[in-house]
Amino acid sequence: MISFFNVSKIYPNGVRALQEVSLQIDKGEFVFIVGPSGAGKSTIVKLIFREELPTKGQIYIGGRSVIRMKSGEVPALRRRIGMVFQDFRLLPDRTVFENVAFAMKVICAGRSEITERVPQVLKLVGLGKRMDDYPPQLSGGEQQRAAIARALVNSPSIMIADEPTGNLDIDTSWEIMDCFQEISKRGTTVIIATHAKEIVDAMRQRVVALNCGEIVRDEHRGVYANAT
Amino acid sequence: MFMRMLLRQAYYILQEVGRSLKHNSLLNFAAVGTTAISLLVLGVGLLLVINTNQIARTVESNIEIMVFLKEDVSQKEAMAMEPLLKSVSGVKEAEFIPREEGLASLEGWMGQGTDIRDTLGDKNPLPDAYKIKTRDPQEVDAAAAKIGRLPGVEKVRYEQEVVNKLFKLNNWVRIIGLTVIVLLGICAVFLIATTTRLTLFARRREISIMKYVGATDWFVRWPFLLEGIILGCVGALLAVGILYFSYGMLTAKLQETIPFLPLVSGGGQLLLIFEGLLAGGVVLGAIGSTISVRKYLSV
Ligand SMILES: Nc1ncnc2c1ncn2[C@@H]1O[C@H](COP(=O)(O)OP(=O)(O)O)[C@@H](O)[C@H]1O
Ligand SMILES: [Mg+2]
Repeated sequence: MISFFNVSKIYPNGVRALQEVSLQIDKGEFVFIVGPSGAGKSTIVKLIFREELPTKGQIYIGGRSVIRMKSGEVPALRRRIGMVFQDFRLLPDRTVFENVAFAMKVICAGRSEITERVPQVLKLVGLGKRMDDYPPQLSGGEQQRAAIARALVNSPSIMIADEPTGNLDIDTSWEIMDCFQEISKRGTTVIIATHAKEIVDAMRQRVVALNCGEIVRDEHRGVYANAT
Repeated sequence: MFMRMLLRQAYYILQEVGRSLKHNSLLNFAAVGTTAISLLVLGVGLLLVINTNQIARTVESNIEIMVFLKEDVSQKEAMAMEPLLKSVSGVKEAEFIPREEGLASLEGWMGQGTDIRDTLGDKNPLPDAYKIKTRDPQEVDAAAAKIGRLPGVEKVRYEQEVVNKLFKLNNWVRIIGLTVIVLLGICAVFLIATTTRLTLFARRREISIMKYVGATDWFVRWPFLLEGIILGCVGALLAVGILYFSYGMLTAKLQETIPFLPLVSGGGQLLLIFEGLLAGGVVLGAIGSTISVRKYLSV
C-alpha cells in the first residue's frame, strides 16, 4: 500500500529531517510512528500526503509513484487519504455537520449523499447528537472526533493522524484511539504519529521508531521503547 | 454525470462566495470603495477629455481668417477676388463682406445706444473684407500666410493664439488624463489584490483544509476570482451611478449659465464610457484577485 525506498528529506534550510528511510506498510495495517520531538515523524506524514517531496528516494502509494505524480493528480491522491491533526483544524464558524459536509462538497458529492453520509459518520464517532453545534462549543475530544469524521467521510483507504492526542488528556486520548481502532477494523490502513507512550505500549500494534531522521526499530506488536 | 458534477461544483462554489461576501463585510466594503473611487476619478478624467475634445473641435471649426483689402481696390475688383482666394490650398469658404456690411455688423456689435454713423460722419473707415474658413483648423496658419502675400490684400487677421492654445490645452488634457487613468488603474488592481490577499489570509484555514481533503486548485481558486469580479463590478456600478447623476446635474446647470458651451450630453459617447467603466471594474477585480490567488495559493 505505502512504500518508502531509501527516502531522504533535507529541508531548504539544510535540516536533514529523514535519512535513507525504507518502510513498507500493507493494506489494513495499524502503525504507530514514534520518536522524540524533531525525529521526523511529521515529515513522514507530509511525504505520504505529498505536502512535501523527498530530496532523494522513491515513495509509492497504491502502486503509484508520488514523486512522478503531476500536481493535477494530487487532489485525487488526497481524496484516498484522510488526515487528522493535533490542532483539529475545524472551521469555527461552521457547524459540526457543515465541517464534515465541507469535505464532501469539495469532491462534488450530491446533496442527498451528503445528508445521508454525514450523520452516519458522525454517529460512528459518537457525535450523532452534536451535529448542529459549532466547534468552540465542543470539548477537545469532541472536536477531534469531528475532525476524524471529516477525514472519514469520503471513505479513504488510508487514515493518517499526526499527534492526534497531543492536545488531549489521557482519558480523552483513549476515546480517540478507540475511534481509530474501530476505523482500522473496517479495513482502513491507519498510521498514527505520536509520542503517547502509555497508549502505544498498551495497544501492542506495529511500532516504527524514529530517531534523528532514521528508523531505529520496526516491530510488530511493539512498544514505545525497548526496556534496554 | 459529468455535467451534474460540474453543476454541483458551480453550486458549491457559489455557496462559498455567498458565505465569504456575507462574512468579510468590512473587507469587501473597502474593496468596493476603493474600486469605486478609482473608477470614479477615471470616469471624471474621461468625461473631462471628451468634453475638452468637443469644445476644442467646435472652437477649431469656427476659426476664421479675416482678410482686409487695400483701400484702392474697387468693390468690383474685390468681388472678383473670390475664386483666387478659394484656390489657396486649405480654403473651404470665402465670404465677401462689403464695407457697408462691415459697418452694420460693427454697429450691431456695439449695441443700439451708440450712434456710430453720427460720429463717423459719411466716411466709412472700414475696408472691404473676406471671411475665410479653412477645411482643417491646422491649415489656418499656412493659408493665412499665403493670402497675406496676394496682391490687393492689406492685412490678414485671425485668432492664432486661440488656435495654438487650444491645441496645447487639448494635448495636455489628453496626456494628463491618460497618465491619471493608468495610475488609477494600477492603484485599483493593487487595492483589489490587497483585499483578496487579506481575504485569503482570513480564510487560510479554510484553504488549507480544502487542500487536505483533496480540493482541486480550481475549486479553491474560483470563489476568490468570482469574489474579486463581483467586488469590482459592484464598485464600478457605484462609480457609474454617481457619475451618471452628478454629470447630468452638472451639465444641466452649466447649459443654463453658459448655453453655447458645447458639452457632451447623452448618447453614444457617455454610454461607451459607462460600459467601459463597468468592464474596467470586472477586469480590475479579476486581475487583482488573480494576482493574489496565484501568489498565495501554491501548495
Ligand atoms: N518546513 C520545514 N522547514 C525546515 N525544517 C523543518 C521543516 N519541517 C520540519 N523541519 C525540521 O525537520 C526536523 C524533523 O521535523 P518533524 O518531521 O516535524 O519532526 P517530528 O514531527 O518528529 O517532531 C526538525 O528538526 C524540524 O525542525
Ligand atoms: Mg511533528
